[in-house]
Amino acid sequence: MNADDIQWLNVFIAVLGGATRVGTPFLFVSLGECLTEKSGRINLGLEGNLIMGAMAGYGISWLTGSPWLGVFAAGATGLVLGFIHALLCQQPRVNDIAVGIALMILGTGLAFFLGKPLIQPSAPKLAAVHLASWSDNPALRSALEINILFVVGALLAPAMAWFFKNTRWGLAIRTVGESDDAARAMGLDINGVRMLATMAGGFLAGVGGAFLSLYYPGGWSEGLSSGQGLMAVALVIFARWDPIRCLYASLLFGGAGALGPALQSVGVTSGYYLFNAAPYALTLVLMIATSSTKVRSRMPGTLAAR
Amino acid sequence: MPIALAPFLIPLSALLLSSVLFGAFVWMAGATPSDVYQSIYRGAFGTWYSWQNTLTRAAPLMLTALCTALPARLGLVVIGGEGAVVIGGLVAALAGIALLDAHPMVALVGMALASIIAGGALIGLVGWLRQARNVNETISSLLFNYICIAILNFLVVGPLRDPETLNKPSTHHIGETHMLGYLGDSSIHMGFAFGLIACLILWILYKHTTFGFAVDMVGGNARAARLSGLPVRKIMLLVTFMGGAAAGLAGMIEVAAVHGRANASLNAGYGYEGILIAFAARHHPLAIVPMAILFGGIRAASDLLQRNHDLPDATSLVLQGIIFVLVLASEAIYARMAAKSGYKS
Repeated sequence: MNADDIQWLNVFIAVLGGATRVGTPFLFVSLGECLTEKSGRINLGLEGNLIMGAMAGYGISWLTGSPWLGVFAAGATGLVLGFIHALLCQQPRVNDIAVGIALMILGTGLAFFLGKPLIQPSAPKLAAVHLASWSDNPALRSALEINILFVVGALLAPAMAWFFKNTRWGLAIRTVGESDDAARAMGLDINGVRMLATMAGGFLAGVGGAFLSLYYPGGWSEGLSSGQGLMAVALVIFARWDPIRCLYASLLFGGAGALGPALQSVGVTSGYYLFNAAPYALTLVLMIATSSTKVRSRMPGTLAAR
Repeated sequence: MPIALAPFLIPLSALLLSSVLFGAFVWMAGATPSDVYQSIYRGAFGTWYSWQNTLTRAAPLMLTALCTALPARLGLVVIGGEGAVVIGGLVAALAGIALLDAHPMVALVGMALASIIAGGALIGLVGWLRQARNVNETISSLLFNYICIAILNFLVVGPLRDPETLNKPSTHHIGETHMLGYLGDSSIHMGFAFGLIACLILWILYKHTTFGFAVDMVGGNARAARLSGLPVRKIMLLVTFMGGAAAGLAGMIEVAAVHGRANASLNAGYGYEGILIAFAARHHPLAIVPMAILFGGIRAASDLLQRNHDLPDATSLVLQGIIFVLVLASEAIYARMAAKSGYKS
């Protein structure tokens, strides 16, 4: 191989590695959003959960010295934000999209405010599993450093699909999402089910934030998230409300997100910003191509009806 | 509660409760709430200087709020104000550069028209996708925000860059003589008047014309409106176009009155704050004016809070978030009143 080929091979490896590294936050927010939307509610505020989670996770890891406690703290803050979202949305005439934006602003503001003292200190990070210690290609070695949180998320996706399909709770969530009348006929507490689904979804988004601050890119700063939480809603549409497709979509978006920096490292700089927009444009094109009929039939009925 | 006073008392009590909560928050952060409020008042409305600051910041907010408020009457939740500001500002700068040798009046009108068409086309496209392909307008407008920001960044660091702008890549300047002037001898630029007039015109349009009535009919029940012969599709397109045009004009104001060039400063969150203001004003074009001034004031007071109380710059974001959450929660009171007395807002 000549030097040029190796360079392009490295770009390819970097994109593959980026797919798991950049994709993990996408995975957690999209699974969280999927769970919430299956119950018939949209939470546009997961960006707030993500940033709060990143800050809380980093702070707790720094204070206690345990990154895993940080992950749980991140999930817990996400849970609280999910609770507030559900509580507000079950009031009459309160718009869930607007509540999402409100909580995104509040969550971001609180995280920036409370996170000011965390910019300097260095907290213990989550460790990675090195799958490529046999290779002496540094690009390959760094691409195959897999974080346990990614594995957890990748296992969670099929588990969630199984949960929706085969458990009573899964059926309850789907029923509430499909039709208020059917849920009432089954004697389900609609607001209660949506509350639990939103809180659990918020928890997952918080964990996604912990990945940002405790692994990649790591550290706490106000520019840590680049809107991964906002993309959750688009990802779920992209994945057609299917948790396993959420995994594929997250890897795809992660890889697309890694493409820009990878090309920049080999000297292709001109289209950098356009590469950044690639995932968004892709989602839009897919939405336009599939919106009218197919997606609608997979969309939870109470969401499709409005 | 007397029904006539409800539209004033409910938001007012939401604001009051927000200030109590925010006071508790800054108190826990170690500041004295009464002093903090005094600083916010001084920074936002205390002197003529701070009023000028506040009103300057309120100008784009009024226009971006319209971008969400106008389609909301049709039952659409459009959050693409940020993208419309960015694309409006970019196109306005291009028009300004193309019209460098023209008469200043011609250049300004050209810039305004270009931004109105660009912003309007963007959100109009969102409306068209909704009715022609059933693409959710909230998500598509959100995606367009990112795409527009990427286009702006790509163009200002690449093909359209003025090589003299080193630290902040920008387009060429539109020419000092072609900048939008100020109101009287104040430091408030004309953009404030644009925003005020836009809110007023749209209020008249919505409240006192058959078009406004048609919009409310479509928003109330699109099927019934279609059956009674209203051109629902045209109305949807026109309303989304107008919303985008308002936000696009905000971008032109930022370029023509503040920066003189298009650059990343266009993407300063005016679009997202506009969503908040539209909901806080319950999508009423006239109510947008005081809300935009209030939030402009919070923006203007941010510096003083940092300097006097050692509070981080995110403090104003926290205050905005608290207000937004409580104002939305207060919607439930209207619904409860409607259930009790048949009151319609």
